[in-house]
Amino acid sequence: MTTRTTGTGTAMGTGLTTKATDVAPAAGTPMVRAHQVHKRFGHLEVLKGIDLEVGSGEVVVLLGPSGSGKSTFLRCVNNLEQIDSGSIHVESELIGFRRSGSRVHHLRPREATRQRRDIGMVFQHFNLFPHQTVLANIMEAPVGVLRVARPEARKTALRLLEQVGLADKADAYPRQLSGGQQQRVAIARALAMRPKLMLFDEPTSALDPELVGEVLATMRDLARGGLTMLVVTHEIGFAREVADRVVFMDGGRIVESGTPEQVLDHPANPRTRAFLSRFL
Amino acid sequence: MATPPPSPDSGTCTDSDTDTPAVAIGVRPKGAEGPEEPKGSHDAGDVDVAHAVPVRHPLRWLSVAVLAVLAAQLGHFLVTNPNFEWGTVGDYFGAQVFGQGIATTVKLTLVAMAIGIVGGVLVAVGRMSENRVLSSVCGAYVWFFRGIPVLVQLIFWYNLSALLPRISVGIPFGPEFVSAQTNSLISPWLAAILGLGLNEAAYMAEIVRGGLLGVDHGQTEAASALGMGRARILRRIVLPQAMRFIVPPTGSQVINMLKATSLVSVIALADLLYTAQSIYNRTFETIPLLIVACLWYLVMTSVLYIGQSFIERHYARGSSRNAPQSFWDFALFRRRTPRAPLAASETASAPESETSS
Repeated sequence: MTTRTTGTGTAMGTGLTTKATDVAPAAGTPMVRAHQVHKRFGHLEVLKGIDLEVGSGEVVVLLGPSGSGKSTFLRCVNNLEQIDSGSIHVESELIGFRRSGSRVHHLRPREATRQRRDIGMVFQHFNLFPHQTVLANIMEAPVGVLRVARPEARKTALRLLEQVGLADKADAYPRQLSGGQQQRVAIARALAMRPKLMLFDEPTSALDPELVGEVLATMRDLARGGLTMLVVTHEIGFAREVADRVVFMDGGRIVESGTPEQVLDHPANPRTRAFLSRFL
Repeated sequence: MATPPPSPDSGTCTDSDTDTPAVAIGVRPKGAEGPEEPKGSHDAGDVDVAHAVPVRHPLRWLSVAVLAVLAAQLGHFLVTNPNFEWGTVGDYFGAQVFGQGIATTVKLTLVAMAIGIVGGVLVAVGRMSENRVLSSVCGAYVWFFRGIPVLVQLIFWYNLSALLPRISVGIPFGPEFVSAQTNSLISPWLAAILGLGLNEAAYMAEIVRGGLLGVDHGQTEAASALGMGRARILRRIVLPQAMRFIVPPTGSQVINMLKATSLVSVIALADLLYTAQSIYNRTFETIPLLIVACLWYLVMTSVLYIGQSFIERHYARGSSRNAPQSFWDFALFRRRTPRAPLAASETASAPESETSS
């Protein structure tokens, strides 16, 4: 069996985190394996030893107050931020570094770039390329990076657009779309690279309330399709319905982790309770 | 009851003074107006603004009149003053000597701008490099070349042989491979190219850097998250967007450069201005020849101006919801009410239909 070391033997070592490991679905090799991840910006230590495993096909939602390090951790997973100590593996590949014998080397930019191909990311502010049409946005990386033939990339892009419900917007420019539509295009763009893991960094936080639903619906479909997802969000309802596991972070540490029922309905930690009470 | 009405009444009186029926209304006793208007204006229902009298702009008409008089004066001056020698202007305007001068000016502009743009991109990228030494050297370059008047730079390059009699290429502090007399190497043409081009590179570097910084960092992040390399991100994502910030000022740089080439007349390079000067130095037809030069400069800058707007439009794609102004609308000074509201309402209504599906 896989060793589910989530939270065990760490500094915080709450009883609940160990219990959570029993609940989490056990798969083959974990998709993400973070071990004692530390990250500081100048004098500010943002991540103070994160241990987390995400199984293949698992949907993990990271909750926590702003400034707790959720987004930073997410950005470390695809090496947009470089960690200071500890390690992150994605599908047994060390992220951002290379081991040779007993020494560890920083990856060259080219190698780091290659690692990001298989990890999709969706941003709070969509970050679509405004000078390209929706279709060109989606085709850009498959054609330019994976060297997929244009007609094939086009077919894939149109299929993905249909999947997110925007088949008729292929030739529109991002500026002509609503926020919810832009975010769905951004999801399609990330999916076009056939990622083995998708990271969502507050995908609905910049949206008008009435547009949140359409994006969450798209994400729900992806989760049902078996995609491994690591989601930072404030949508408690989404976490309850879709997440296999909810991880609560505060002050750069994982405070509590478990099934949605455990963490959301019967939080053991007072900080989790204080945070959740604001949503009720 | 009697005191409040006068103020709105007097207001309507002065306003309607410009209208013809104003006198009749103004004369009417105040009591008579009561039942007609003020009561109705309180009800929101029965007022129709469709035929409202537009605001008058008497000052606009006054300014038009003043400008008309000034234009008439200018026309009179142009026609009646014999010193313009319009006949001479006409004779020289199409002269072949000027053709050569214009060719020199255009060539100089193109080559100096090419050096400026290529050099500017290199210096800008160097300045934004994480390598501290490289970025400060590039910063120093910009500081140096922007800090010295281009006329002084031109003269300096022209007189380089006084500083460096021989120029050689070889291993630093080691053997030389090629060497030449500076005097034979630095022609007026090369001095002009160096002076204008290196100076332009400093200005272009700032323009390019500003453009690159103007692109949201999220774009770079999104592109790297998709696994795109740094060079590809710059070429496919950042530069095309930065172009929107870079092209308009570059266009005005080209126009400035075209005019700045006239400075090379001091180092005896036969550009447009130098050609005019060399003729009037013989014939003393100073004014007509300067007018010929002016006209040619205006023709060239006008062409550049139109070309620039064309390029600007190209790079404005996707930057606004409105369809861009068409080239011919611009060229013919047409103002068209944008059809954008229609398009905007289309896209605005779209989300509703989609969320339901």
